[in-house]
Amino acid sequence: MADALIAITVLWGFVFIYAVMATMDFGAGFWSMIYINREKTKATNIANRYLSPTWEVTNTFIVALVVAVYSLFPSAANILGTILLIPGSLILLLLALRSAFLVFSNIATEYKKPLTYISGIAGIIIPGLLISVLPITHGHYVDFADGTVNLNLNKLFSSPNEYAFIGFAITSTLFLSSLLLADYSKASNEMEAYRVYLRDGKILGPISLIMALLIMITLKNEVGWIYNKMMEDLPLLLISIGFFLIIGYGLYARNPFQKGERGMPRLAVIAVTIQYLIASYVYGKAHLPYIIYPNVTIESAFTDPNSFRAVFITYIVGFAILFPGFIYFWSLFMNDKRYLRQKGN
Amino acid sequence: MSDLLIARSLFGTTMAFHIIFATIGVGLPLMILVAELLYQKTKDQDYVVMAKRWTKAFAVLLGVGIPTGTIAGVQLSLLWPGFMEVIGRVMPLPFQIEIYAFFIEALFMSIYVYAAERIAPWMRIASLVLVAIGALSSAVLITNVHAFQGTPAGFRYEDGKFLDIDPWAAFFNPSFFVTAGHVALSAYVVGAFVVASVASFKMMKNKIGSRVYLFHQKALVLSLVVGGIFAFLTALNGHESAQYLHKYQPEKLAAAEGLFETQSHAPLAIGGFTDKETKEIKGAIEIPWALSFLAGNSFDTVVVGLNDYPEELWPPLFIHTLFNGMVFIGSALIMVPLLVFAWKKLFKKTQYPKLMLWGLVTTGPLAVIAIECGWIFACSGRQPWVIYHILSTAESATTATNLGALFVSFIIVYMILGFSVVFVLLYFFRKNTELDDIERAEKKGTPLFSSNS
Repeated sequence: MADALIAITVLWGFVFIYAVMATMDFGAGFWSMIYINREKTKATNIANRYLSPTWEVTNTFIVALVVAVYSLFPSAANILGTILLIPGSLILLLLALRSAFLVFSNIATEYKKPLTYISGIAGIIIPGLLISVLPITHGHYVDFADGTVNLNLNKLFSSPNEYAFIGFAITSTLFLSSLLLADYSKASNEMEAYRVYLRDGKILGPISLIMALLIMITLKNEVGWIYNKMMEDLPLLLISIGFFLIIGYGLYARNPFQKGERGMPRLAVIAVTIQYLIASYVYGKAHLPYIIYPNVTIESAFTDPNSFRAVFITYIVGFAILFPGFIYFWSLFMNDKRYLRQKGN
Repeated sequence: MSDLLIARSLFGTTMAFHIIFATIGVGLPLMILVAELLYQKTKDQDYVVMAKRWTKAFAVLLGVGIPTGTIAGVQLSLLWPGFMEVIGRVMPLPFQIEIYAFFIEALFMSIYVYAAERIAPWMRIASLVLVAIGALSSAVLITNVHAFQGTPAGFRYEDGKFLDIDPWAAFFNPSFFVTAGHVALSAYVVGAFVVASVASFKMMKNKIGSRVYLFHQKALVLSLVVGGIFAFLTALNGHESAQYLHKYQPEKLAAAEGLFETQSHAPLAIGGFTDKETKEIKGAIEIPWALSFLAGNSFDTVVVGLNDYPEELWPPLFIHTLFNGMVFIGSALIMVPLLVFAWKKLFKKTQYPKLMLWGLVTTGPLAVIAIECGWIFACSGRQPWVIYHILSTAESATTATNLGALFVSFIIVYMILGFSVVFVLLYFFRKNTELDDIERAEKKGTPLFSSNS
């Protein structure tokens, strides 16, 4: 049991890290498209400055996530692979267009606009499809019949719960990325872009919260078991909502360190990360022990113990080696004024 | 088409498309690294310009290579869930470690490109070395899964169950080093000859002796040296690969050679077509005894023929042609640099005749065709198995039906990506000519790398 629990925690960790990085990534792509005609604000430049060096690293996490599923829970991967054929393929197709055109838009400058539109639009649909994996694992859109499994797409796409998840994914993508880009533009001293993203954050915060509540309401109606188990951790959910107030403070309050400027975006970014961390912890805990309800549990799908031990050791060694690389990367692109405050480009 | 055939065609199309970008993506970093090192040695700015331009091309190609690689990795689970369940249980390490290699490549590629001017020169070289190592390790590790499919190890298989699993024994399966070595070495061949193609094409388009001509001549010489060396090493390794087939997958070698009767002093068949009806090879040049010698280093080595296996377990017989294509091109790519150097050194010719340049232009595409032949040969030649003598491809396929629409959508997206990547590369290098970059390099203090236009 303990090993399977460690394994699912690792997996959950990957899901969370990818979710946060992907919202920033896809969101930045979308904002880069939205503000492409407002050159004066530099909002598009800021988004691209963040995106150019990071998208490959972010993309690697989705592969890491998929690999973690099949190496930790191989038989769950078998069923997930079968039922996710259609949504998974759609994600892959959109991801291919999105990544390629993102790169192309920075190279073929004359065609920047159409290329950015393709990558921006493809990118904002992806989070909605990615998050659909969660309601699918709730099980009641999956038909288990005589040895085969099937995803009932009609049932999935006629469920309000699915749409609540999609809406939450898209608004969260825009919310988190606008907070990050507000912080990033402030660090880059692009105050016009900063105000644009701060305003976007103010608008999208409450919408995301409403979407989260909609998920809970539709869960209550459709997937009682997970709703009830989530409500057992009501205090944590309330703390998570409490962090929303800190985000609000970070967006509206006067900055004590900088006269005349409102907002402390770094505080908002940290608070929102903790908020989503708590919420996803409660959700993940309620989801246990099922990977796909009710047939696949973390126990029944767990890999061979020898393989688990070997994989786990590579996790420790691998990330120990990579950690300095991540720090160096962060210091060059997130924390280096020469990169952040470059002129032109 | 049956669902199984569509699934195989879809995955095959993904791999065939991805492998072009993946292979060049492994090969080009080495070329960039060699150019950077040559610059450090000679202080000739042309090598910096080469490194910059190849890096740009590499970045564009990654724009397709990374998402198609992501597709390949995820599609494995979507189309072959039964296979990936076994891989996850027995052979998870290569994929797992490949992730770290992938991270190293992604982190340091960004650092090399977007932080080039802010880091010390030695750090730039170090980043590039890490990119090259990351790319090479990904290729080696992914190929290891392919090696495992041919020579599975690290478990006991009883009544459909995998017992006594030892993931490291699976990782170091018998053909790991030979197979992965073949892929790694051939990727350097492809990277080099793709550069040779472009360089010789540009030499044709520019006046002999002009600045641009001389620039590309340097690139051509560099790529022929690297390409020639690695083509030779690939051939040595290829010979060993064939001996591994003889030892571990005899029916694959038999199909590759169109050999039906088990025999010593077996002939090597070059060209021709294998006829399933008459069980013989037609129109081939046969070199007596040669196959036995190649397979086991002695003429009386007994080479197993297809007749020893029931027909439903035969690999498709067309792999004979693919095998020949790969070997033929590989051999030609060893000869090409030798011929060029003989022309220059032995016959003391200073100029490259047009015909020779045209010949050189074809080497890049030929190298790509050779790896396509090699991969299709290696994967079709394993059929009907996905894991040799353990798991059949049919058993491991998705139970989903109606895959036709997906197949068509993926083809359309690959076509869009294929056309646009060519367009973007042509557009960029037409707008930013070699002369622009050379002039920029000669002016001190102007950023060479981060300038996108």
